[in-house]
Amino acid sequence: MLELNQLSKTYATGDTALSQVSFEVPAGQVVGLIGPSGAGKSTLIRCINRLVEPSAGKVILSGSNLVTLRGNALRRARRRIGMIFQEYALVERLTVMENVLSGRLGYVPAWRSFLRRYSPEDVTKAFSLLDQVGLSDHFNKRADALSGGQRQRVGIARALEQDPELLLVDEPTASLDPKTSRQIMRLIGSACRERNLPAIINIHDVLLAQQFTDRIIGLKAGEVVFDGKPEALTDQVLTRIYGDEDWTRMRGEENTGEASEAPTVDLAEGV
Amino acid sequence: MDSQVGTMTSTSTPVWHYRTPKQALLRWLGWFSLVALTVFSWQLMNENTIWAFVSDAPDQAADIGERMFPPAWGYTGQLWEPLWDTINIATLGTLLGVLFAVPVAFLAASNTTPSTRFVRPLALLIIVASRSINSLIWALLLVAIIGPGLLAGIIAIGLRSIGFVAKLLYEAIEEIDTSQVEAVRATGASGAQVIDYAIVPQILPAFWGISVFRWDINIRESTILGLVGAGGLGIQLNASLATLAWNQVAMIFVVILFTVVVSEWVSAKVRQAVI
Repeated sequence: MLELNQLSKTYATGDTALSQVSFEVPAGQVVGLIGPSGAGKSTLIRCINRLVEPSAGKVILSGSNLVTLRGNALRRARRRIGMIFQEYALVERLTVMENVLSGRLGYVPAWRSFLRRYSPEDVTKAFSLLDQVGLSDHFNKRADALSGGQRQRVGIARALEQDPELLLVDEPTASLDPKTSRQIMRLIGSACRERNLPAIINIHDVLLAQQFTDRIIGLKAGEVVFDGKPEALTDQVLTRIYGDEDWTRMRGEENTGEASEAPTVDLAEGV
Repeated sequence: MDSQVGTMTSTSTPVWHYRTPKQALLRWLGWFSLVALTVFSWQLMNENTIWAFVSDAPDQAADIGERMFPPAWGYTGQLWEPLWDTINIATLGTLLGVLFAVPVAFLAASNTTPSTRFVRPLALLIIVASRSINSLIWALLLVAIIGPGLLAGIIAIGLRSIGFVAKLLYEAIEEIDTSQVEAVRATGASGAQVIDYAIVPQILPAFWGISVFRWDINIRESTILGLVGAGGLGIQLNASLATLAWNQVAMIFVVILFTVVVSEWVSAKVRQAVI
Protein backbone atom coordinates (compact mmCIF):
# COMPACT_ATOMS: atom_id res chain seq x y z
CA MET A 1 0.00 0.00 0.00
CA LEU A 2 1.14 3.53 -0.81
CA GLU A 3 0.33 6.55 1.27
CA LEU A 4 1.14 10.16 0.38
CA ASN A 5 0.96 12.55 3.30
CA GLN A 6 0.98 16.32 2.74
CA LEU A 7 3.46 15.89 -0.12
CA SER A 8 4.72 19.25 -1.41
CA LYS A 9 7.28 20.33 -3.94
CA THR A 10 8.54 23.85 -4.60
CA TYR A 11 11.26 24.11 -7.26
CA ALA A 12 14.35 26.27 -6.79
CA THR A 13 12.79 28.77 -9.20
CA GLY A 14 9.99 29.32 -6.68
CA ASP A 15 7.34 27.48 -8.70
CA THR A 16 5.06 25.39 -6.56
CA ALA A 17 4.49 22.10 -8.35
CA LEU A 18 2.68 20.25 -5.57
CA SER A 19 1.00 21.56 -2.48
CA GLN A 20 0.01 19.22 0.33
CA VAL A 21 -1.06 16.25 -1.76
CA SER A 22 -2.44 13.42 0.37
CA PHE A 23 -4.02 10.16 -0.73
CA GLU A 24 -3.71 6.41 -0.28
CA VAL A 25 -3.49 3.70 -2.91
CA PRO A 26 -4.40 0.22 -1.65
CA ALA A 27 -2.85 -2.92 -3.15
CA GLY A 28 -4.11 -3.78 -6.59
CA GLN A 29 -5.70 -0.42 -7.31
CA VAL A 30 -4.92 1.29 -10.60
CA VAL A 31 -5.14 5.05 -10.22
CA GLY A 32 -5.34 7.40 -13.19
CA LEU A 33 -3.80 10.80 -12.50
CA ILE A 34 -5.27 13.41 -14.80
CA GLY A 35 -4.89 17.16 -15.06
CA PRO A 36 -3.77 19.91 -17.44
CA SER A 37 -0.13 20.19 -18.56
CA GLY A 38 1.95 21.68 -15.78
CA ALA A 39 -0.46 20.51 -13.05
CA GLY A 40 2.36 18.58 -11.36
CA LYS A 41 1.52 15.03 -12.49
CA SER A 42 5.07 14.18 -13.53
CA THR A 43 6.51 15.82 -10.43
CA LEU A 44 4.13 13.84 -8.24
CA ILE A 45 5.19 10.41 -9.45
CA ARG A 46 8.85 11.42 -9.49
CA CYS A 47 8.59 12.55 -5.87
CA ILE A 48 7.47 9.04 -4.96
CA ASN A 49 10.64 7.32 -6.19
CA ARG A 50 12.71 10.42 -5.43
CA LEU A 51 13.86 11.18 -8.96
CA VAL A 52 12.64 14.59 -7.77
CA GLU A 53 13.23 15.57 -4.15
CA PRO A 54 10.01 16.51 -2.37
CA SER A 55 10.18 19.71 -0.30
CA ALA A 56 7.89 18.46 2.45
CA GLY A 57 5.58 15.61 3.38
CA LYS A 58 5.82 11.84 3.50
CA VAL A 59 5.73 8.99 1.00
CA ILE A 60 4.97 5.77 2.84
CA LEU A 61 5.34 2.50 0.92
CA SER A 62 4.57 -0.69 2.87
CA GLY A 63 5.08 1.08 6.16
CA SER A 64 8.40 2.88 5.54
CA ASN A 65 8.82 6.56 4.73
CA LEU A 66 10.85 6.96 1.51
CA VAL A 67 11.46 10.70 1.84
CA THR A 68 14.18 10.39 4.49
CA LEU A 69 16.15 7.60 2.78
CA ARG A 70 19.72 8.09 1.51
CA GLY A 71 22.30 6.08 -0.41
CA ASN A 72 21.83 2.32 -0.37
CA ALA A 73 18.54 2.52 1.52
CA LEU A 74 17.16 4.74 -1.24
CA ARG A 75 18.38 2.29 -3.90
CA ARG A 76 16.67 -0.59 -2.08
CA ALA A 77 13.45 1.45 -1.99
CA ARG A 78 13.68 2.34 -5.68
CA ARG A 79 14.10 -1.26 -6.76
CA ARG A 80 10.66 -1.98 -5.23
CA ILE A 81 9.07 0.68 -7.48
CA GLY A 82 8.75 -0.01 -11.18
CA MET A 83 8.54 2.95 -13.53
CA ILE A 84 7.28 3.21 -17.10
CA PHE A 85 8.04 6.31 -19.16
CA GLN A 86 6.42 8.44 -21.82
CA GLU A 87 9.15 8.11 -24.46
CA TYR A 88 9.90 4.56 -23.27
CA ALA A 89 13.35 5.67 -21.95
CA LEU A 90 14.94 2.41 -23.01
CA VAL A 91 18.70 2.39 -23.37
CA GLU A 92 18.61 2.58 -27.15
CA ARG A 93 21.93 0.92 -27.93
CA LEU A 94 21.46 -2.03 -25.60
CA THR A 95 19.55 -5.17 -26.55
CA VAL A 96 15.97 -5.85 -25.48
CA MET A 97 17.24 -8.48 -23.03
CA GLU A 98 19.78 -6.11 -21.46
CA ASN A 99 17.03 -3.51 -21.07
CA VAL A 100 14.73 -5.98 -19.34
CA LEU A 101 17.55 -7.30 -17.13
CA SER A 102 18.41 -3.72 -16.13
CA GLY A 103 15.31 -4.05 -13.96
CA ARG A 104 17.52 -6.18 -11.68
CA LEU A 105 20.23 -3.52 -11.25
CA GLY A 106 19.00 -2.67 -7.75
CA TYR A 107 19.44 -6.31 -6.72
CA VAL A 108 22.77 -7.36 -8.25
CA PRO A 109 26.29 -6.12 -7.46
CA ALA A 110 27.95 -3.85 -10.02
CA TRP A 111 30.51 -6.45 -11.21
CA ARG A 112 27.72 -8.89 -12.08
CA SER A 113 25.72 -6.33 -14.02
CA PHE A 114 28.92 -5.14 -15.73
CA LEU A 115 29.70 -8.67 -16.95
CA ARG A 116 26.00 -9.26 -17.73
CA ARG A 117 26.17 -12.36 -15.50
CA TYR A 118 22.65 -12.38 -14.17
CA SER A 119 21.36 -15.36 -12.21
CA PRO A 120 19.40 -18.02 -14.14
CA GLU A 121 16.26 -17.00 -12.22
CA ASP A 122 16.60 -13.40 -13.41
CA VAL A 123 17.08 -14.52 -17.00
CA THR A 124 14.18 -16.99 -16.86
CA LYS A 125 11.97 -14.27 -15.42
CA ALA A 126 13.04 -11.88 -18.20
CA PHE A 127 12.20 -14.47 -20.87
CA SER A 128 8.80 -15.17 -19.35
CA LEU A 129 8.01 -11.43 -19.11
CA LEU A 130 9.05 -10.91 -22.74
CA ASP A 131 6.76 -13.80 -23.61
CA GLN A 132 3.91 -12.16 -21.69
CA VAL A 133 4.32 -8.87 -23.53
CA GLY A 134 4.60 -10.74 -26.82
CA LEU A 135 8.24 -10.01 -27.63
CA SER A 136 9.90 -13.36 -27.01
CA ASP A 137 11.37 -13.45 -30.53
CA HIS A 138 12.97 -10.04 -30.18
CA PHE A 139 15.15 -10.51 -27.09
CA ASN A 140 18.41 -10.12 -28.99
CA LYS A 141 17.41 -7.07 -31.02
CA ARG A 142 18.69 -3.65 -30.15
CA ALA A 143 16.03 -1.48 -28.52
CA ASP A 144 16.28 1.17 -31.25
CA ALA A 145 15.24 -1.43 -33.83
CA LEU A 146 11.75 -1.75 -32.31
CA SER A 147 8.54 0.18 -33.01
CA GLY A 148 7.00 2.51 -30.43
CA GLY A 149 4.48 -0.01 -29.14
CA GLN A 150 7.14 -2.72 -28.90
CA ARG A 151 9.47 -0.41 -27.01
CA GLN A 152 6.79 0.39 -24.48
CA ARG A 153 6.25 -3.35 -23.99
CA VAL A 154 9.96 -3.68 -23.22
CA GLY A 155 9.55 -0.78 -20.78
CA ILE A 156 6.74 -2.67 -19.06
CA ALA A 157 8.81 -5.87 -18.90
CA ARG A 158 11.73 -3.90 -17.41
CA ALA A 159 9.49 -2.48 -14.70
CA LEU A 160 7.98 -5.89 -13.88
CA GLU A 161 11.45 -7.51 -13.82
CA GLN A 162 12.02 -5.48 -10.66
CA ASP A 163 9.35 -7.49 -8.79
CA PRO A 164 7.83 -4.16 -7.86
CA GLU A 165 5.42 -3.38 -5.05
CA LEU A 166 4.24 -0.29 -6.88
CA LEU A 167 4.11 0.81 -10.50
CA LEU A 168 4.59 4.43 -11.52
CA VAL A 169 3.56 5.13 -15.09
CA ASP A 170 4.29 8.48 -16.74
CA GLU A 171 2.17 9.16 -19.84
CA PRO A 172 2.53 5.62 -21.24
CA THR A 173 0.52 6.30 -24.37
CA ALA A 174 1.46 9.88 -25.27
CA SER A 175 3.66 8.76 -28.19
CA LEU A 176 1.47 5.91 -29.40
CA ASP A 177 -1.42 5.53 -31.83
CA PRO A 178 -4.95 4.94 -30.42
CA LYS A 179 -4.99 1.19 -30.92
CA THR A 180 -1.53 0.60 -29.49
CA SER A 181 -2.43 2.94 -26.61
CA ARG A 182 -5.33 0.69 -25.68
CA GLN A 183 -3.21 -2.44 -25.90
CA ILE A 184 -0.58 -0.89 -23.65
CA MET A 185 -3.15 0.28 -21.10
CA ARG A 186 -4.76 -3.17 -21.10
CA LEU A 187 -1.36 -4.77 -20.61
CA ILE A 188 -0.52 -2.52 -17.66
CA GLY A 189 -3.96 -3.12 -16.15
CA SER A 190 -3.78 -6.90 -16.39
CA ALA A 191 -0.19 -6.95 -15.07
CA CYS A 192 -1.39 -5.04 -12.00
CA ARG A 193 -4.38 -7.32 -11.45
CA GLU A 194 -2.28 -10.49 -11.73
CA ARG A 195 0.20 -9.24 -9.15
CA ASN A 196 -2.24 -7.28 -6.99
CA LEU A 197 0.03 -4.33 -7.78
CA PRO A 198 -0.98 -0.75 -7.07
CA ALA A 199 -0.24 1.71 -9.89
CA ILE A 200 -0.37 5.42 -10.52
CA ILE A 201 -0.74 6.30 -14.19
CA ASN A 202 -0.27 9.86 -15.42
CA ILE A 203 -2.45 10.23 -18.44
CA HIS A 204 -3.66 13.00 -20.72
CA ASP A 205 -6.39 11.00 -22.38
CA VAL A 206 -9.45 11.20 -20.12
CA LEU A 207 -11.33 8.50 -22.00
CA LEU A 208 -8.47 6.02 -21.70
CA ALA A 209 -8.18 6.86 -18.02
CA GLN A 210 -11.88 6.24 -17.46
CA GLN A 211 -11.80 2.97 -19.33
CA PHE A 212 -8.70 1.40 -17.83
CA THR A 213 -8.41 2.64 -14.23
CA ASP A 214 -10.21 1.89 -10.97
CA ARG A 215 -9.98 5.39 -9.63
CA ILE A 216 -9.26 8.87 -10.95
CA ILE A 217 -7.39 11.64 -9.20
CA GLY A 218 -7.60 15.09 -10.76
CA LEU A 219 -4.69 17.42 -10.22
CA LYS A 220 -4.83 21.15 -10.88
CA ALA A 221 -2.00 23.56 -10.09
CA GLY A 222 -0.45 21.05 -7.69
CA GLU A 223 -3.62 20.35 -5.72
CA VAL A 224 -6.00 17.41 -5.72
CA VAL A 225 -9.33 18.74 -7.01
CA PHE A 226 -11.02 15.40 -7.68
CA ASP A 227 -10.69 11.91 -6.24
CA GLY A 228 -13.26 9.30 -7.09
CA LYS A 229 -14.59 6.55 -9.33
CA PRO A 230 -14.11 6.94 -13.10
CA GLU A 231 -17.91 7.07 -13.49
CA ALA A 232 -18.05 10.12 -11.23
CA LEU A 233 -16.02 12.12 -13.73
CA THR A 234 -18.85 14.38 -14.87
CA ASP A 235 -18.66 17.40 -17.13
CA GLN A 236 -18.65 19.68 -14.09
CA VAL A 237 -15.67 17.78 -12.66
CA LEU A 238 -13.77 17.99 -15.95
CA THR A 239 -14.41 21.72 -16.03
CA ARG A 240 -13.12 21.98 -12.46
CA ILE A 241 -9.92 20.17 -13.49
CA TYR A 242 -9.27 21.56 -16.95
CA GLY A 243 -11.43 24.67 -17.28
CA ASP A 244 -14.36 25.33 -19.61
CA GLU A 245 -14.76 23.11 -22.66
CA ASP A 246 -17.58 21.38 -24.52
CA TRP A 247 -17.15 17.98 -22.84
CA THR A 248 -20.29 16.35 -24.22
CA ARG A 249 -18.86 16.60 -27.69
CA MET A 250 -15.70 14.67 -26.64
CA ARG A 251 -17.87 11.94 -25.11
CA GLY A 252 -20.10 11.78 -28.19
CA GLU A 253 -17.10 10.89 -30.35
CA GLU A 254 -16.09 8.30 -27.83
CA ASN A 255 -19.36 6.41 -28.00
CA THR A 256 -19.21 5.86 -31.74
CA GLY A 257 -15.62 4.67 -31.54
CA GLU A 258 -16.25 2.44 -28.55
CA ALA A 259 -19.06 0.33 -30.02
CA SER A 260 -16.82 -2.16 -31.76
CA GLU A 261 -14.31 -2.53 -28.95
CA ALA A 262 -13.88 -6.20 -28.06
CA PRO A 263 -13.62 -6.98 -24.37
CA THR A 264 -11.21 -9.89 -24.74
CA VAL A 265 -7.67 -9.45 -23.48
CA ASP A 266 -4.93 -10.62 -25.76
CA LEU A 267 -1.59 -9.45 -24.47
CA ALA A 268 0.35 -10.26 -27.61
CA GLU A 269 -1.97 -8.73 -30.14
CA GLY A 270 -0.59 -6.40 -32.75
CA VAL A 271 3.01 -7.39 -32.20
CA MET B 1 14.44 44.66 -28.15
CA ASP B 2 11.28 46.69 -28.52
CA SER B 3 11.96 47.49 -32.12
CA GLN B 4 11.99 43.76 -32.97
CA VAL B 5 8.33 43.60 -32.14
CA GLY B 6 6.03 44.85 -34.81
CA THR B 7 4.36 48.07 -33.83
CA MET B 8 0.86 48.75 -35.00
CA THR B 9 -0.06 52.31 -35.64
CA SER B 10 -3.30 53.53 -37.07
CA THR B 11 -1.76 54.53 -40.41
CA SER B 12 0.99 52.02 -41.23
CA THR B 13 1.34 48.22 -41.42
CA PRO B 14 3.33 46.41 -38.68
CA VAL B 15 7.10 46.63 -39.13
CA TRP B 16 9.45 43.77 -38.38
CA HIS B 17 13.25 44.05 -38.26
CA TYR B 18 15.59 41.08 -38.39
CA ARG B 19 18.09 42.92 -36.18
CA THR B 20 17.75 45.79 -33.75
CA PRO B 21 19.71 48.95 -34.69
CA LYS B 22 22.14 48.12 -31.90
CA GLN B 23 22.77 44.60 -33.24
CA ALA B 24 23.21 45.99 -36.75
CA LEU B 25 25.72 48.55 -35.50
CA LEU B 26 27.68 45.89 -33.59
CA ARG B 27 27.84 43.67 -36.66
CA TRP B 28 29.04 46.57 -38.78
CA LEU B 29 31.73 47.39 -36.20
CA GLY B 30 32.78 43.73 -36.15
CA TRP B 31 33.31 43.62 -39.91
CA PHE B 32 35.07 47.00 -39.84
CA SER B 33 37.57 45.88 -37.21
CA LEU B 34 38.25 42.70 -39.20
CA VAL B 35 39.14 44.79 -42.26
CA ALA B 36 41.26 47.14 -40.13
CA LEU B 37 43.12 44.18 -38.63
CA THR B 38 43.83 42.75 -42.08
CA VAL B 39 45.30 46.04 -43.28
CA PHE B 40 47.41 46.35 -40.12
CA SER B 41 48.69 42.77 -40.38
CA TRP B 42 49.63 43.26 -44.01
CA GLN B 43 51.76 46.26 -43.08
CA LEU B 44 53.39 44.36 -40.21
CA MET B 45 54.26 41.47 -42.52
CA ASN B 46 55.79 43.77 -45.15
CA GLU B 47 58.08 45.39 -42.58
CA ASN B 48 59.87 42.11 -41.81
CA THR B 49 59.98 40.58 -45.23
CA ILE B 50 63.05 40.85 -47.43
CA TRP B 51 61.45 41.04 -50.84
CA ALA B 52 64.68 40.20 -52.59
CA PHE B 53 64.41 36.67 -51.19
CA VAL B 54 60.77 36.41 -52.03
CA SER B 55 61.29 37.51 -55.61
CA ASP B 56 63.41 34.45 -56.48
CA ALA B 57 61.16 32.06 -54.57
CA PRO B 58 59.87 30.32 -57.73
CA ASP B 59 63.48 29.63 -58.84
CA GLN B 60 64.41 28.24 -55.42
CA ALA B 61 61.32 26.04 -55.27
CA ALA B 62 61.98 24.75 -58.77
CA ASP B 63 65.60 24.04 -57.81
CA ILE B 64 64.69 22.03 -54.72
CA GLY B 65 61.93 20.28 -56.62
CA GLU B 66 64.45 19.28 -59.26
CA ARG B 67 66.81 17.84 -56.65
CA MET B 68 63.95 15.97 -55.02
CA PHE B 69 63.05 14.22 -58.23
CA PRO B 70 63.30 11.33 -58.64
CA PRO B 71 62.86 10.22 -54.99
CA ALA B 72 65.58 7.89 -53.72
CA TRP B 73 63.64 4.65 -54.08
CA GLY B 74 66.61 2.64 -52.88
CA TYR B 75 66.50 4.55 -49.61
CA THR B 76 63.21 2.83 -48.70
CA GLY B 77 65.02 -0.12 -47.15
CA GLN B 78 66.34 2.12 -44.40
CA LEU B 79 62.89 3.59 -43.74
CA TRP B 80 60.93 0.50 -42.70
CA GLU B 81 62.28 0.38 -39.18
CA PRO B 82 61.73 4.09 -38.38
CA LEU B 83 58.28 3.79 -39.97
CA TRP B 84 57.46 0.88 -37.65
CA ASP B 85 58.72 3.01 -34.73
CA THR B 86 56.50 5.89 -35.86
CA ILE B 87 53.39 3.69 -35.97
CA ASN B 88 54.24 2.27 -32.55
CA ILE B 89 54.72 5.74 -31.06
CA ALA B 90 51.33 6.81 -32.41
CA THR B 91 49.47 3.67 -31.33
CA LEU B 92 50.94 3.29 -27.86
CA GLY B 93 50.76 7.04 -27.30
CA THR B 94 47.07 7.06 -28.26
CA LEU B 95 46.38 4.14 -25.89
CA LEU B 96 48.17 5.96 -23.08
CA GLY B 97 46.26 9.16 -23.78
CA VAL B 98 42.85 7.42 -23.97
CA LEU B 99 43.58 5.54 -20.73
CA PHE B 100 43.96 8.81 -18.85
CA ALA B 101 41.41 10.78 -20.87
CA VAL B 102 38.42 8.59 -19.97
CA PRO B 103 38.45 9.27 -16.21
CA VAL B 104 39.32 12.93 -16.83
CA ALA B 105 36.30 13.24 -19.18
CA PHE B 106 33.91 11.80 -16.57
CA LEU B 107 35.34 14.18 -13.94
CA ALA B 108 35.00 17.13 -16.33
CA ALA B 109 31.45 16.51 -17.62
CA SER B 110 29.05 18.61 -15.59
CA ASN B 111 26.52 15.77 -15.32
CA THR B 112 28.95 13.13 -14.04
CA THR B 113 31.53 15.10 -12.06
CA PRO B 114 31.53 14.42 -8.31
CA SER B 115 32.03 18.12 -7.55
CA THR B 116 31.45 21.08 -9.84
CA ARG B 117 33.39 23.38 -7.56
CA PHE B 118 36.66 21.48 -7.05
CA VAL B 119 37.03 18.41 -9.23
CA ARG B 120 35.59 19.82 -12.46
CA PRO B 121 37.91 22.88 -12.64
CA LEU B 122 40.86 20.58 -11.97
CA ALA B 123 39.84 18.22 -14.77
CA LEU B 124 39.32 21.17 -17.13
CA LEU B 125 42.77 22.46 -16.18
CA ILE B 126 44.33 19.11 -17.10
CA ILE B 127 42.52 19.25 -20.45
CA VAL B 128 43.62 22.82 -21.20
CA ALA B 129 47.21 22.18 -20.12
CA SER B 130 47.45 19.09 -22.30
CA ARG B 131 45.84 20.78 -25.30
CA SER B 132 47.78 24.03 -25.15
CA ILE B 133 51.17 22.36 -25.56
CA ASN B 134 52.03 20.89 -28.96
CA SER B 135 53.30 17.31 -29.18
CA LEU B 136 56.62 18.57 -30.52
CA ILE B 137 57.12 20.74 -27.45
CA TRP B 138 56.10 17.90 -25.11
CA ALA B 139 58.69 15.78 -26.95
CA LEU B 140 61.38 18.47 -26.56
CA LEU B 141 60.73 18.55 -22.80
CA LEU B 142 60.61 14.77 -22.46
CA VAL B 143 63.77 14.17 -24.50
CA ALA B 144 65.52 16.49 -22.05
CA ILE B 145 64.00 14.68 -19.06
CA ILE B 146 64.09 10.96 -19.99
CA GLY B 147 66.53 11.05 -22.87
CA PRO B 148 66.02 10.52 -26.62
CA GLY B 149 64.15 7.53 -27.99
CA LEU B 150 60.75 5.98 -28.49
CA LEU B 151 59.59 6.31 -24.89
CA ALA B 152 59.82 10.11 -25.00
CA GLY B 153 57.77 10.08 -28.21
CA ILE B 154 55.11 7.77 -26.79
CA ILE B 155 54.67 9.86 -23.64
CA ALA B 156 54.66 13.12 -25.65
CA ILE B 157 51.88 11.79 -27.91
CA GLY B 158 50.02 10.45 -24.88
CA LEU B 159 50.16 13.75 -22.97
CA ARG B 160 48.92 15.71 -25.96
CA SER B 161 46.11 13.20 -26.61
CA ILE B 162 44.66 13.35 -23.08
CA GLY B 163 43.28 16.84 -23.57
CA PHE B 164 41.93 16.23 -27.07
CA VAL B 165 40.17 12.96 -26.27
CA ALA B 166 38.93 14.11 -22.85
CA LYS B 167 37.50 17.34 -24.24
CA LEU B 168 35.52 15.70 -27.04
CA LEU B 169 34.44 12.86 -24.78
CA TYR B 170 33.18 15.08 -21.97
CA GLU B 171 31.17 17.07 -24.48
CA ALA B 172 29.62 13.79 -25.65
CA ILE B 173 28.84 12.86 -22.03
CA GLU B 174 27.13 16.19 -21.48
CA GLU B 175 24.93 15.68 -24.54
CA ILE B 176 23.47 12.31 -23.56
CA ASP B 177 19.73 11.68 -23.32
CA THR B 178 18.86 12.15 -19.64
CA SER B 179 15.63 10.14 -19.78
CA GLN B 180 17.62 6.92 -20.21
CA VAL B 181 19.72 7.85 -17.17
CA GLU B 182 16.55 8.59 -15.21
CA ALA B 183 15.04 5.23 -16.16
CA VAL B 184 18.11 3.26 -15.10
CA ARG B 185 18.38 5.23 -11.86
CA ALA B 186 14.71 4.47 -11.16
CA THR B 187 15.47 0.73 -11.09
CA GLY B 188 17.63 1.28 -8.00
CA ALA B 189 20.95 1.20 -9.87
CA SER B 190 24.10 2.48 -8.16
CA GLY B 191 26.25 5.27 -9.60
CA ALA B 192 28.60 2.77 -11.26
CA GLN B 193 25.68 0.86 -12.74
CA VAL B 194 24.11 4.06 -14.09
CA ILE B 195 27.41 4.83 -15.87
CA ASP B 196 27.63 1.25 -17.17
CA TYR B 197 24.03 0.91 -18.37
CA ALA B 198 22.82 4.42 -19.20
CA ILE B 199 25.87 6.54 -20.05
CA VAL B 200 28.48 4.24 -21.61
CA PRO B 201 26.13 2.81 -24.29
CA GLN B 202 25.26 6.35 -25.33
CA ILE B 203 28.85 7.59 -25.65
CA LEU B 204 30.46 4.43 -27.07
CA PRO B 205 30.18 5.46 -30.75
CA ALA B 206 31.65 8.88 -29.90
CA PHE B 207 34.42 7.20 -27.90
CA TRP B 208 35.54 4.97 -30.76
CA GLY B 209 35.21 7.78 -33.28
CA ILE B 210 37.30 10.16 -31.17
CA SER B 211 39.98 7.57 -30.32
CA VAL B 212 40.50 6.49 -33.91
CA PHE B 213 40.48 10.09 -35.10
CA ARG B 214 43.19 10.92 -32.54
CA TRP B 215 45.23 7.88 -33.58
CA ASP B 216 45.01 9.11 -37.15
CA ILE B 217 46.27 12.56 -36.08
CA ASN B 218 48.99 10.97 -33.94
CA ILE B 219 50.39 9.03 -36.91
CA ARG B 220 50.96 12.37 -38.62
CA GLU B 221 52.37 14.04 -35.52
CA SER B 222 54.73 11.19 -34.69
CA THR B 223 56.40 11.46 -38.12
CA ILE B 224 58.03 14.71 -37.02
CA LEU B 225 58.80 13.92 -33.37
CA GLY B 226 62.16 12.51 -34.46
CA LEU B 227 63.23 16.05 -35.38
CA VAL B 228 63.80 16.62 -31.66
CA GLY B 229 65.16 13.14 -30.98
CA ALA B 230 61.99 11.32 -29.93
CA GLY B 231 62.30 8.45 -32.42
CA GLY B 232 60.60 7.50 -35.66
CA LEU B 233 60.80 8.82 -39.22
CA GLY B 234 61.67 12.32 -38.02
CA ILE B 235 65.22 11.25 -37.19
CA GLN B 236 65.71 10.13 -40.78
CA LEU B 237 64.09 13.31 -42.04
CA ASN B 238 66.39 15.43 -39.90
CA ALA B 239 69.49 13.62 -41.16
CA SER B 240 68.45 13.92 -44.80
CA LEU B 241 67.62 17.61 -44.44
CA ALA B 242 70.96 18.31 -42.73
CA THR B 243 72.90 16.66 -45.56
CA LEU B 244 70.73 18.39 -48.21
CA ALA B 245 69.81 14.93 -49.57
CA TRP B 246 66.61 16.20 -51.15
CA ASN B 247 65.82 13.00 -52.98
CA GLN B 248 65.84 11.15 -49.65
CA VAL B 249 63.58 13.84 -48.17
CA ALA B 250 61.19 13.27 -51.07
CA MET B 251 61.23 9.53 -50.38
CA ILE B 252 60.36 10.16 -46.75
CA PHE B 253 57.49 12.37 -47.85
CA VAL B 254 56.20 9.57 -50.05
CA VAL B 255 56.34 7.11 -47.15
CA ILE B 256 54.57 9.58 -44.80
CA LEU B 257 51.88 10.24 -47.39
CA PHE B 258 51.31 6.52 -47.87
CA THR B 259 51.10 5.90 -44.11
CA VAL B 260 48.65 8.76 -43.55
CA VAL B 261 46.42 7.58 -46.39
CA VAL B 262 46.34 4.09 -44.86
CA SER B 263 45.60 5.44 -41.37
CA GLU B 264 42.78 7.62 -42.68
CA TRP B 265 41.30 4.63 -44.45
CA VAL B 266 41.47 2.55 -41.25
CA SER B 267 39.90 5.30 -39.14
CA ALA B 268 37.10 5.83 -41.65
CA LYS B 269 36.36 2.07 -41.63
CA VAL B 270 36.32 1.90 -37.83
CA ARG B 271 34.01 4.89 -37.52
CA GLN B 272 31.65 3.36 -40.07
CA ALA B 273 31.59 0.12 -38.12
CA VAL B 274 30.75 1.58 -34.69
CA ILE B 275 28.09 4.16 -35.49
